[in-house]
Amino acid sequence: MIRLSLFRKKKPETLDRRPFDLLCITVAVVLGVHAPHLPWWLTLSLAAMLGLRWWQRRQKQARAPSYFKLPLVALLCGAVVFHYNTLFGREPGAALMAGLLVLKLLETETPRDARVGAAFACFALMSALLFDQGLVATILVALGLLPAIATLRALQPARPPTTLPRELLPALGLLALSVPVAIVAFLFVPRLSSPLWGAPTPEQTRSGLSDDMSPGNFSQVLLDDRPAMRVTFNGTPPPNAQRYFRAYVMWTYDGHTWNRQDDNRPPSQIEYGPAVQYTITLEATGQRALPALDVPIKAPDDASLGPDWELRADHPINDPFTYRLSSSPIYHLQAELTERDRRRALQLPAGFDPKALALGRRWRTQYGADDMAIIQAAMNLFHDDGFSYTLAPPPLGSNAIDDFLFGTRRGFCEHYASSFTVLMRAAGIPARVVTGYQGGYWNTLGNYLLVRQSDAHAWGEVWLPHRGWVRFDPTAAVRPERVSLGSSAADAASTDWAPNRWLLGWRNHWDIVNRWWNQGVIGFDTLRQHGLLTPFGVHDTSVGTLGLLLAVGGSLFAALGLLWAMWNRPDTDQARAAMQQLEKRLAAVGVARRHSEGPQHFFSRAARALPSQRDELEHLMRTYLELRYAYEEPPADLLKNFRQAARDFRPRRVVK
Amino acid sequence: MQEALRRFRMWAERRLPALTRYRRPESLPIVLHRRRIYIVPTGFGMAFTVLLLVMLMGALNYTNNAALMLTCLLGSTTSASMLVAFRSLNGLRLANVRQGQAIAGEPMVVQLVFTGGDHAHASIHVEFDEHVEAFAVAAQGETVVSMNLPTEHRGWQPLPRIKLWSNWPLGLFHAWSWIYPDQSVLVWPRPEHGGPAPVIPGEDGKQKRVHQGEDIAALRAYRAGDPQRHIAWKHSARHANLLVKDFEQPEAQEEWRLDWRQLSHLVPEARISRLARWLGEAEAVGRPTSLWLPSEDISLGHGRSHYAHCMNALARLP
Repeated sequence: MIRLSLFRKKKPETLDRRPFDLLCITVAVVLGVHAPHLPWWLTLSLAAMLGLRWWQRRQKQARAPSYFKLPLVALLCGAVVFHYNTLFGREPGAALMAGLLVLKLLETETPRDARVGAAFACFALMSALLFDQGLVATILVALGLLPAIATLRALQPARPPTTLPRELLPALGLLALSVPVAIVAFLFVPRLSSPLWGAPTPEQTRSGLSDDMSPGNFSQVLLDDRPAMRVTFNGTPPPNAQRYFRAYVMWTYDGHTWNRQDDNRPPSQIEYGPAVQYTITLEATGQRALPALDVPIKAPDDASLGPDWELRADHPINDPFTYRLSSSPIYHLQAELTERDRRRALQLPAGFDPKALALGRRWRTQYGADDMAIIQAAMNLFHDDGFSYTLAPPPLGSNAIDDFLFGTRRGFCEHYASSFTVLMRAAGIPARVVTGYQGGYWNTLGNYLLVRQSDAHAWGEVWLPHRGWVRFDPTAAVRPERVSLGSSAADAASTDWAPNRWLLGWRNHWDIVNRWWNQGVIGFDTLRQHGLLTPFGVHDTSVGTLGLLLAVGGSLFAALGLLWAMWNRPDTDQARAAMQQLEKRLAAVGVARRHSEGPQHFFSRAARALPSQRDELEHLMRTYLELRYAYEEPPADLLKNFRQAARDFRPRRVVK
Repeated sequence: MQEALRRFRMWAERRLPALTRYRRPESLPIVLHRRRIYIVPTGFGMAFTVLLLVMLMGALNYTNNAALMLTCLLGSTTSASMLVAFRSLNGLRLANVRQGQAIAGEPMVVQLVFTGGDHAHASIHVEFDEHVEAFAVAAQGETVVSMNLPTEHRGWQPLPRIKLWSNWPLGLFHAWSWIYPDQSVLVWPRPEHGGPAPVIPGEDGKQKRVHQGEDIAALRAYRAGDPQRHIAWKHSARHANLLVKDFEQPEAQEEWRLDWRQLSHLVPEARISRLARWLGEAEAVGRPTSLWLPSEDISLGHGRSHYAHCMNALARLP
């Protein structure tokens, strides 16, 4: 804000209206792309200030009073500190940057100010991508470069006058021309092996699955249409009813919430049948859980399997992450249950849900040792006793399971999984809750399975002797469509918020572009770089090799660009071209045509200098003069004659 | 600082003749091409490059590929703008130089006629001695740029070395070329300040009579719109129509035969400036003059072109 005027030599020129308008547009775009993560009141007041300043300079040609600036900067810093409690970090930094950019406009009066503003705006645009690097956001930000470039261009004097929208066209052309070089640079820029400074903290409010579950807390997730992950299968995909992706296994229940506990034991024993191979691209979650199809056999690199066959990454997933897996839908999980695990799987909080516990105990006495009969009784309860599936369940009291089972009877997967597991435990059957995703949309165009956040699901696992942990999905008993068609289909009958089919279909198809972007661009890392070069016989992808490739690619494009810059349209006047050829040859033997020397004079001088070729030269002169001056439109054969003669003419050096 | 820079440049030009290859005078037309166009980043270009590097480090550090792509895009746009800067000068042609008229010590308007190549040339600056003028040339078009050339002495003055430069399109790169047209402009001599009127031998009496009867020096027929008090009533009485006393050009018909040889008591430069003053005075009132010079004998005449002819002859004197 405070400018050093030490090195200023000349009196500053004033800024024209056009570049100022363009700069205002640039700043407006910056505000727009940052708006989603700025507090709304800051965005609104900055936008108002921007509009006021634009109006003031346009209508009144006035400067903003200088005593305004420092208090405004102080106010901005105060507002940021007030909202975020700090000035540092990603969000406060972005807020401060957007604010300073708008304040910079207040003192923008010279071309230099506008230049600094435009450059700063480029930086601010780029920083918006730290928050969201989706395809649409990236394209919006790239388009935001247009007014910035147009501002810089409009600062040059004596440019062809155009309208404001047309100012953007040359900028677009320039950007489009640079795309090939940008792609080469993007492909070959060596990536850092480890960050130079701390990576940003993940967004805490990111929705999605979490490592605890209480009835009702999924309702936000289930309404979230954003993609959670995309799965491609090698070979045929499993049927819909087998598409259970486990993320968290939860053992402990405190009467309200299910929790998972970190457990560093190795995976329990397993027997499995034929496996299906697939690749998952997971959207950023900020968590370590990696959903995997029931049940993963082997952990990929950078991840490990927990004792309950949950897959956990070594680091939180802050960027889209791709991993390859194989899973077997047929398995015997933990055929022997240790005493400690059995106790954990039967644990129930004291003093909660007396009616549900009584029901479980009654089933046990009623069916004796037949676990399957008890499970069937629970399923029948859900299926026949007037339970319904809804994404907007009524609230539950402190005895949540009792309220649900004997009161409201309306809920979604969390309610069913939770109460089923409690009933099983009450009946003395080891049971636990598993959360993850179920189902998904099969994109026929791209041959992959799109799993949305709204496909989040919870189900129960029951331990049976000799069979190990077996999956039971009580939600399927209430509403089979949930498993066969998905949560929105299951909910469609009960509420009216379901998006119309056409829109959903369109979004499902559009997702193929997002997938391509996530896999091809966002997920392009050192490994992919390596994979890209291996087919070309480059196995060493060190910084040096990449630098060399970058230099070679850059030089290639530089050569192309130079060709473009230096290319001059060939002379369309063939007679003149032939004449120039003649002049060059005659100049080589010492008869150079002088400036302002007519052709007749030149040819006669040449004939005097080369007496042996006098006839030829006189013929050339006559043809040329006739060609030039005799006709409005010279006949083609005359031109041909002259060009032929000019081509064949070789001056013989005079021996003096 | 400025002075040191200038001295350094002079030294560099002396020591590095390759740099000055195109700085010798050359004949028109002068076409700019790749071997005489130089490019360096501007200060803003340097700062912008640093900004790009910061963006690159940020994108790589956060392994944010979208930001990396944006940075690459901006970087390659920057490089492409270098080619555009080069292209804006490439093919530009100084086709002609037209000189104006100026006496020594006053700036002379010199018109540079530029013609475009096969593409438009936007935002070109022509600069010499701190004077900067911006212009644009359309493809195959023609643009005339006027510049004020300061003059000092009469006679032929060569055109200075002229810098053509452009920061087009984004102000990130500075492309420039020197042109040194092999052209001189003719500067007229400076008239002296005050001095005697020319002595015209043998015509003293005639001149006196003219001065005595100044008010009736000329009578002419009445034209509509002549003021009433100018009418010569006495003379009109003897004629059929009204006569009007003409005060406007009382000495118009008097001619000055200016001669170099008459001023033999002065040094040549003083003679020239006196003759220039007389010519100027005669031109101001429309008096016919003739001029004899050792190199040239200009017969009687008047008007702007005659004046220019005489002044050119004076300017060309050794």
